[in-house]
Amino acid sequence: MNALLKWLAVIWAVLLWSAAPLPAVAGPEKWTPLEKDGLHDPQGPAIHELQQPGEALSQMPPDSVGNQVRWVEALRKGVINPRTNILPETKIQVLDQDLIYGNTGDNWFVLFPHKAHTEWLDCANCHEGVFKSKFGATGFKMMDILAGKACGQCHGAVSFPLTECRRCHSIDPGTFKGKLGPQQAAGGKP
Amino acid sequence: MKRTGRGFWRLMMALALALSLGMDAAMAEYADVVLNSQAEAQGVRPVIYPHWFHRIRFRCKVCHNELGFQMKVGANNIDMNKILDGKFCGMCHNGDVAWGTEFCDRCHSGLPGLKTGIRGGSKSTGPGEY
Repeated sequence: MNALLKWLAVIWAVLLWSAAPLPAVAGPEKWTPLEKDGLHDPQGPAIHELQQPGEALSQMPPDSVGNQVRWVEALRKGVINPRTNILPETKIQVLDQDLIYGNTGDNWFVLFPHKAHTEWLDCANCHEGVFKSKFGATGFKMMDILAGKACGQCHGAVSFPLTECRRCHSIDPGTFKGKLGPQQAAGGKP
Repeated sequence: MKRTGRGFWRLMMALALALSLGMDAAMAEYADVVLNSQAEAQGVRPVIYPHWFHRIRFRCKVCHNELGFQMKVGANNIDMNKILDGKFCGMCHNGDVAWGTEFCDRCHSGLPGLKTGIRGGSKSTGPGEY
């Protein structure tokens, strides 16, 4: 019974993955026009005043998931230069420090890059609410993330989805020789 | 199969379930937000908020830190009076940073009957409480 369920889950997952859009096409037709997206009213008087996703997103580094755009890469390469603040007194903080999580059960260890996150977000978006600043003090599981907690507050909603296991679980425990937790030298994977 | 235990299979099943639940809304752009707690009741179209459009121009921290938007759809209780007072969307949509509130139909652009929530294709809608 258990074995049957396992194989059903695998077949299910493979079918869903294979149905995903391929990143091969780079033209604007990869993105659904607003008037056909099931949300915008094609009769809306201002529909033709709005920018089409394909027009903007086809100019950016391609991806196979999410908005089909590599947002972090787009920012780093200067393809986009989104504003960091509206109020002049806002302090802009970017932290270049990787964390490596080892308590990952059967899966690979997780590398969390503070840099990629703080280029977009403020410290206060995660600390001390979603995550405590002290490494290991928060205590969350993959099931919490899948339920929209912890990392899942953004990943799966607005940042790359939870189908992309290896983007976070990127450290092979079999070959990892370093120390878990906050890393001394910065500059890990983006 | 050495590192493939029960937890992994449970996770696979949860993931497959999450994906298939999200498949019905596979047309809209990833992370598009529908806001309709008040709009239609007040006689205007629901608001469609596109994250992708805003991300090109502003980092997350601008809205989710400076402007005070909580990261949960429906949690902010925005109404037109707050926007006209320069709060939430009104911090930018004031004719100075971005287009002003006289362009009603650019934001109130949704199909009638849409429910408040986060939408989008390319494997977006997770099972959680976004």
